[in-house]
Amino acid sequence: MMAQTQIQTESTPVLEVRGLTQRFGGLKAVNDFNVKLMPGELSGLIGPNGAGKTTVFNLVSGFYQPTEGEILICGVKTARLKPHKVTALGVARTFQNIRLWNDMTVLDNIKVAQHSQLGYGFFHSVARSKTYMKREAEIEQEAFELLEVFDLKDFASDFPKNLPYGTQRKLEIARALSVHPQLLLLDEPAAGLNSNDAKDLIRLIRWIHDTFDVTIWMIEHHMDVMMELATQIKVIDFGETIADGNPEHIRNHPAVITAYLGDDNI
Amino acid sequence: MKQYSLNMLLVVFAIGLLFAAHFRIIDGYIQIVFMTIGINIMMSTSLNLVNGNMGEFTCGHAAFMCVGAYISSLLSVFCFGTKFGEPLLPAASVVIVFPIIVLIGGAFAAVSSLLVSIPSFKTRDDYLAIISIAVNYMIISAIENMDFVGGSRGFQGMKDTVWAMVDLFDGPWMLFWVINFTVFTVWVIRRFISSTYGQGVNAICQDEVAAEIMSVNTNKIKIINFMVAAGLAGCAGGLYAHIIGYVNPQSFNILKSTEALVMVYLGGMGSLSGAVISAILFTGLLEVLRSQAIVDGLLSPITFMFPDWEPSAGVIKWVMIPLLLVIVMQFRSEGIMGNRELGDVFPKLKKFYRFK
Repeated sequence: MMAQTQIQTESTPVLEVRGLTQRFGGLKAVNDFNVKLMPGELSGLIGPNGAGKTTVFNLVSGFYQPTEGEILICGVKTARLKPHKVTALGVARTFQNIRLWNDMTVLDNIKVAQHSQLGYGFFHSVARSKTYMKREAEIEQEAFELLEVFDLKDFASDFPKNLPYGTQRKLEIARALSVHPQLLLLDEPAAGLNSNDAKDLIRLIRWIHDTFDVTIWMIEHHMDVMMELATQIKVIDFGETIADGNPEHIRNHPAVITAYLGDDNI
Repeated sequence: MKQYSLNMLLVVFAIGLLFAAHFRIIDGYIQIVFMTIGINIMMSTSLNLVNGNMGEFTCGHAAFMCVGAYISSLLSVFCFGTKFGEPLLPAASVVIVFPIIVLIGGAFAAVSSLLVSIPSFKTRDDYLAIISIAVNYMIISAIENMDFVGGSRGFQGMKDTVWAMVDLFDGPWMLFWVINFTVFTVWVIRRFISSTYGQGVNAICQDEVAAEIMSVNTNKIKIINFMVAAGLAGCAGGLYAHIIGYVNPQSFNILKSTEALVMVYLGGMGSLSGAVISAILFTGLLEVLRSQAIVDGLLSPITFMFPDWEPSAGVIKWVMIPLLLVIVMQFRSEGIMGNRELGDVFPKLKKFYRFK
């Protein structure tokens, strides 16, 4: 199994976001967003189209620098860190539209995601030093193990572009786990899947959550997936947090119903 | 056995070539052709690292060759030449010092590649291409305005170093060094690009955002990749300067860069063996088309119709080679090898060699 480096204590949240605000010119995409994810949590973020969900993910993964507010990952502030540094802190994510490296083999896709833990540099790779040989063997073995548990081993030398859509989604999640994350951000993992595939996905996510000892935060439009999996759900609309709570609470929350279905006073 | 077959083949070929050159079985001209092939292999494989593997479009590769050529020429004249006064080093040390001089030239070229790699953090594609052309012009103009290296008149005196080597042992020294550096280049590139570290370069090519998010330090990898490419081109320049014995800034202008580009695109982007094959083909073709008899033969159906027209080989080869490029791009736009290595195209070959 994968060697997880779980060092933080139970009390430090994996992710803590305080007063996060993001402006794009005059548009407030996210306004005063707060969240605290404890280790081992599986929670969700929902909202109508354009609510700012992906912006929150882009901020957390360091892709945007927030206008205001701060983000802490395992207690470390991520302000002004480059995305690859944030990832090295233990945040991995998938994308709404699959972004695999299509002309690299499935195995290489998994291997490259371990870039922050390589432990060797250019001269080691050219000299084929002992460190290089050792690390490369370890990385390869780890990648194979990951492919094995994800049932993707048969595709190891295939190119992702030739795989079916559902398998590509699975591969993207596997690649994200190859980073050894503490926090896994899933951006609409069920997008484009039919209800059967979505059921498989629910099983997969639950299994990942149990096996890899990872905190999962996901955006999803399929409500059945979300209600089934998440223990805590946050709802945002036009950048504002409108509801927060367990699935049952969210399902009956008047503001959520208004945001999704509109007001009945015409 | 399989592990060493390619190395053995290379050693046998290199020794055979050196012997043939030493005992005058092949004359000076053929030796020059072989050395040009070596230098072109270094240029095309190193440019392939940037244009093929990283997917950036740079067309100022000759600038780095220029830096390497001038730095190593200067050092070589200081150490063994008489142009700037007494040689600094004893002539006997030349065999050890010469490769170091070439590598120092390469190191300077690598540093000069920061002129392209730092802008490449923010720019891509066409914009980076323009920056690379600008860098090419900048470096050439800078050297043209440096009087102590001869400015636009060029710089010479490196042959003293070559003669110092010949005084020690009368052999085809430059051919020896070119073979060594060519093998070194291909070896470095292959090892770099096949490691997980170097695979980050391919990841940047295919999706830079995903690469950054998946913990690849894209800026660092870009700098390193540009440095390796430019450094190896700088080594090629140093060797070139010592073969010809004379360098002129204008011999590293945009035309030279284009030659390197042509070789990369002819061979297939991102294919190391493609870059090697196309460098050999391209150089061979240039030499073959230098012969008036062959050009006359090839054009005989046309000259038969237009008896007044007497094409000159020196001019017509620059019609035929671009035409070849047009034809290749039209019918096989991915190049000869097309992002695959020799072993992928002919799987049976994999039984006989392993190339790591």
